[in-house]
Amino acid sequence: MACFLVSAAEAAIVTVAAKVMEKKEKEPAKVEFHLSDGTTETATKIPFSRKLKWLRNLLWGGSVLLAFEHVWHGEVVPWFPFLTAAGDPADFAEMLHEMATVGVTMALLVTAVWVCMLVVSALIEKRAQKAIHTEVSAEG
Amino acid sequence: MTLLVTVFAAVICTVIWYKNAPKSEMLTGILCCMYWGASLMWLVDAIFEYAELKEAYFTPAPADMLNDLFLGLSVIALGLVIWLIILLIKDPKGVIKNMLFKKK
Repeated sequence: MACFLVSAAEAAIVTVAAKVMEKKEKEPAKVEFHLSDGTTETATKIPFSRKLKWLRNLLWGGSVLLAFEHVWHGEVVPWFPFLTAAGDPADFAEMLHEMATVGVTMALLVTAVWVCMLVVSALIEKRAQKAIHTEVSAEG
Repeated sequence: MTLLVTVFAAVICTVIWYKNAPKSEMLTGILCCMYWGASLMWLVDAIFEYAELKEAYFTPAPADMLNDLFLGLSVIALGLVIWLIILLIKDPKGVIKNMLFKKK
């Protein structure tokens, strides 16, 4: 009925958080390694604001496409109060229940997947840095 | 059906993104996120619907399936249009900028 609103609200919060984080963040730390063959390897950590943008894109993308589905089914209309369920108290209560169950689960699942993405990217970053360190120490 | 169509779109976009990585000139990452986000949300919707309908969930009426297929394809089209607008606005290759500020 309006389950996408929960994810849209989270998306709005994440968008603001990403903007604030981006402003506060300094230039990402770069580590340069000079190898014996004359080449230089650079390792850069992905800034957290960029990682927040992954979550923002997941949430906004999902919310917009889900909102379109609700328009398709006639649950969202272009006139006030925009949600057909909001006109009837019984439907309104059902809508709130759906938002609290389906909507919250959607937002939680998307956030959980994003956390998994963070863990995987941290592991990849660690492995890449370790590989460069090993290469440098082997040459040194 | 809508979930299935969106998952296929998400997988295809991810393969295209992976093929072009680390370059992101076409901003396919945005398209991936959009389709994966929608897929995850429809997955939750499907789980709740399955809990309500049980095995009847897997035997939808042909008319409902057709409607869902149309919806899925429309969702893909909408996603592509949104991505195209973002691509033209961000213009990572500078094509629009070059066209607009071309010196005569």
